[in-house]
Amino acid sequence: MALMTKTRERRPRSFYFLAAFFALFVLFLYGPMLTIFILSFQGENGGLTFPMNGFSFHWFGNLFEQQAVGDFGGSFGRSLKLGLIVMVVTVVVSFMAGLAFRKRFRGDSVVFYLALASLIVPSILISLGIGLLFNIVQWQPQWFTSALGAHLTWTFPFGLLIMFAVFNRFDPSFEEAARDLGASNWQTIQHVVLPMVGPSLIGVAMFSFTLSYDEFARTLMTAGALNTLPLEIYGMTTNVTTPVLYALGTVTTGFSFLVIALALGTVAVMRHRKGQKA
Amino acid sequence: MASDTSKRSSYFLITPMALIFAVFLVIPLLTIVVVSFWDYDEYRILPDFILENYSYLLSSSVTWSIYLNTLKYAALTWFFTLVIGFTVAYFLAFHVRSLTWQIVFFMLCTIPFWTSNIIRMISWIPFLGRNGLLNSALINLGIVDQPLEFLLFSDFAVVLADVHLYALFMVVPIFNSMMRIDRSLVEAARDAGASGFETLKSVIVPLSKPGIAIGSIFVITVVMGDFITVRLMSGGQSASVGLQISNEIGLLQYPAAAASAVVLLITVLLIVTALLRLVDIRKEL
Repeated sequence: MALMTKTRERRPRSFYFLAAFFALFVLFLYGPMLTIFILSFQGENGGLTFPMNGFSFHWFGNLFEQQAVGDFGGSFGRSLKLGLIVMVVTVVVSFMAGLAFRKRFRGDSVVFYLALASLIVPSILISLGIGLLFNIVQWQPQWFTSALGAHLTWTFPFGLLIMFAVFNRFDPSFEEAARDLGASNWQTIQHVVLPMVGPSLIGVAMFSFTLSYDEFARTLMTAGALNTLPLEIYGMTTNVTTPVLYALGTVTTGFSFLVIALALGTVAVMRHRKGQKA
Repeated sequence: MASDTSKRSSYFLITPMALIFAVFLVIPLLTIVVVSFWDYDEYRILPDFILENYSYLLSSSVTWSIYLNTLKYAALTWFFTLVIGFTVAYFLAFHVRSLTWQIVFFMLCTIPFWTSNIIRMISWIPFLGRNGLLNSALINLGIVDQPLEFLLFSDFAVVLADVHLYALFMVVPIFNSMMRIDRSLVEAARDAGASGFETLKSVIVPLSKPGIAIGSIFVITVVMGDFITVRLMSGGQSASVGLQISNEIGLLQYPAAAASAVVLLITVLLIVTALLRLVDIRKEL
């Protein structure tokens, strides 16, 4: 394929300039990540910068000793659970909202503009507002109540916008066909709509999980007494001056990559299956 | 009758989302507005109706310099992300010819967005620090004889980190706009004798405007409200509006924080309204 395009038309000079620019951009994106990945294997006596003083897993071991660097295990567990709850709720609610928005209804633009507002209102305002609200009505902020709500205001707009994009390109004749064949509303959704929008829902799932898992500002005043992982990491940046910080970075980034790979893999499998059926 | 049921089902389907937005977005924002008129002492917030929080905020020269600083960060980040985002999107949309490679390159740009922002900021430390890679390289090459101090914990570091974090917000919408440009328009321009640059200027840039506007909204609003990048990357030496709010929260001066928040919200909404005149978002999905 590449060979064919080459013979078809010569690349203009600007192509090489832009390709170089793009390569630099990718280096800019990944370079810093790569340096902390390497430095997290720093020897026991090594510091926060190069040179490497030997090679060890010392800092990874250090990460899992509770007293040394705060409560990594506990906060990781909470962030994981919170991310999964946010993911499930966002997928279900966004899908429902996406279906609702296929018809016009009174108040549809209100919900739409609320979603946009939710996207552009600075995160710290959400944090402050929910924190104040809980303070005034004297509810105890918890990661599974106030922080959950704060995260949903961040993931719903993404979920809804993705659903808009999906249903704008969705051919309703498939549903009509199902209904003509006597399928009920629920059967139509289950056997026709869901399989068609499935890959996009996986996208929504991955988006909402990772957005929640990494969210800091919206969690600041809403997490209550127990930290989520980003809060824990933030605390560490101010009082930890060893490569254990990089070990933490490597572990959480590795975990994010795992989630992304899982999502992409699932989409690939779904596409493949669909291809086989058709 | 049938339309009645379908309307009812629409309401049923939208209720969960509407409820969450009501409880966790609308009511909290109203709470902020209300509390911004309250009084406070060292321990509590006291229901009241006073204007001191605003008059203190707006008459303080610190506020104005903080706003100026925040606008500076927003403007610089906007400029650099726009240049980078447009160039990258243009490369992906018009110079990468196979769809597979377009998807691969696009994913390559997108993946870092799904990892932790704080970790991505921290990852600049070994590169920019006093004994970091860049300083070592510059000294070894004989370009400077002392490590450059301005690289880390400075305005430079803040803008660099912002561009690093948010360039993708420009790439995606601009790429999206560019992919919808009818390729025959570009060919027509070329057939009519336009040079590559002229085509870019009079066909591609105007048709990419919606993407540019959406990307700009994202980047500007996120930088205007940011506090963690400023705190981490300036090493506590610079301030932003968001950081001021978070400091007031830290001191439990909630009404003061609320007043700052209201002013910030109004500022952001004004900027967004101005940018929305350039684009109809609902048409762009």
